[in-house]
Amino acid sequence: MAGAGVVIVGAGHGGFQLAASLRQHGYDGRVTLIGDEPHLPYQRPPLSKDYLDGKIGLDLLLMRPEAFFTEHRIELVTGRAVAEIDRADKAVVLTSKARIDYDHLVLATGARNRVPPLPGVELDGVCYLRSLAETEDLKQRLAAASHCVVIGAGFIGLEFAAIARGKGKPVHIVELVDRVMARVVCPDTSAFFADAHRAAGVEFSFGARVERLGGDAGKVTHVVLQDGRSLPADLVIVSIGVIPNEGLAAAAGLKVENGVVVNELLLTADPNISAIGDCAAFPSRHSLKNPVRLEAVQNAADHARCVVDRLMGKGGPYTALPWFWSEQGALRLQIAGLTTGFQQVVLRGNYEKGEYSAFCYAGDKLLGIESINKPADHAFARRLLAAGRGVTPQEASDESFDLRAAAMARPA
Amino acid sequence: MPRVTYVSYDGKSTTLDVPVGTSVMQAAVLHGVDGIVAECGGSCMCATCHVFVREDQLAKLPEMELGEDAMLDGAASPRRPNSRLSCQLVMTPAMDGLIVDMPETQT
Repeated sequence: MAGAGVVIVGAGHGGFQLAASLRQHGYDGRVTLIGDEPHLPYQRPPLSKDYLDGKIGLDLLLMRPEAFFTEHRIELVTGRAVAEIDRADKAVVLTSKARIDYDHLVLATGARNRVPPLPGVELDGVCYLRSLAETEDLKQRLAAASHCVVIGAGFIGLEFAAIARGKGKPVHIVELVDRVMARVVCPDTSAFFADAHRAAGVEFSFGARVERLGGDAGKVTHVVLQDGRSLPADLVIVSIGVIPNEGLAAAAGLKVENGVVVNELLLTADPNISAIGDCAAFPSRHSLKNPVRLEAVQNAADHARCVVDRLMGKGGPYTALPWFWSEQGALRLQIAGLTTGFQQVVLRGNYEKGEYSAFCYAGDKLLGIESINKPADHAFARRLLAAGRGVTPQEASDESFDLRAAAMARPA
Repeated sequence: MPRVTYVSYDGKSTTLDVPVGTSVMQAAVLHGVDGIVAECGGSCMCATCHVFVREDQLAKLPEMELGEDAMLDGAASPRRPNSRLSCQLVMTPAMDGLIVDMPETQT
């Protein structure tokens, strides 16, 4: 139906950015942004950092104040879930049965917590850290906790551990594989971060599998590992990754495979439906293996801008360079590029001092750079990799090589 | 309360009261001032809150740390001698009357 405008399902980083960018680029049609959480759109990264730590309040968590949505004529529908997509009639149907027509539909449905199939996972005190509601709850519980156990040593688990240690809480992290952040960083960086967390008092069990969560009167009291150990725990954080929210797309007959499958324009097989952000599986020129699905603010926001360009008639393939960051205590980790599949790592800088970058290569191809407390390297890495250029392993390992000159000389 | 004036690329000017301790970026986002993206939420990770400060006001600002200096090199609109990341400009009484010009693009 003409005049229905753009409907966005999901009011996270990608959905918000899409709505804001449409208006910024002069789109004059209707823009409807549907989110299933009750709040105004908010930023997720600070949840596991300054917000959990109590350093910032809700006002600074919000993407924009409420007036922004009115002023920019963004019809914000909060606290409502979409039940189905009616592709034939170009409408979404809410669980309340209300129908909202679209000319173009953008799925920005994000991802949800992976819940382990463990006995005791339903006990009180078993928590997650993805939404604002979960974080509010966790904040209260953390203040009262005496023993924290974290399942999974990824970004979220480690960021939580740093904050909990900062509040003097004992923290034990149980990780299935043999190192931290194994999916996203090289072994040297894993070792550096594990040592730093240990120095801050975090205990680790690597290569350890949780067998069950034990409790008393419905509350969690301990975590039992398969090797027979029992760890005391009145607060358990489950941080073992997320699952893309692809159900709506699948039910509408769109292809899903670890995410909603889209082409290089971020379009599904239906020319009226795009998918962006954490829920989208897309081909990236920066990845050795495709499609990829990334969980990152940069990815969500740049996807949104790419789709807006297309809707405004000047679209091209999505080519943005992926980048990520994590803050764990005083440590800043910044990653440019996708390092999955690396065969060789060259360290540059002072590893012992914790100011270094890890250049990750497949053959001579520079895949990505991890920078630890080395923001200059990260800025240069983004310029280099975005331009599709690299530095050789020999150059990277040569401290006298001028990385800045190399990065600035090549157009970003 | 100290005030900050934000001038958009097309010349639109907005003046806000900014409490001491709040960053120039935070105040802009809280009031929905266009032209400051602040994608990373103020962690000095993204260089999308880039502003140009009037030359005669540069000395009133907090000193630039290494991280900000580095990230400015990656800003979407080319860096100038008066470039700052507004997330790092935490208000002090001395900054009253600050005027910041927004670049053409942040992304």
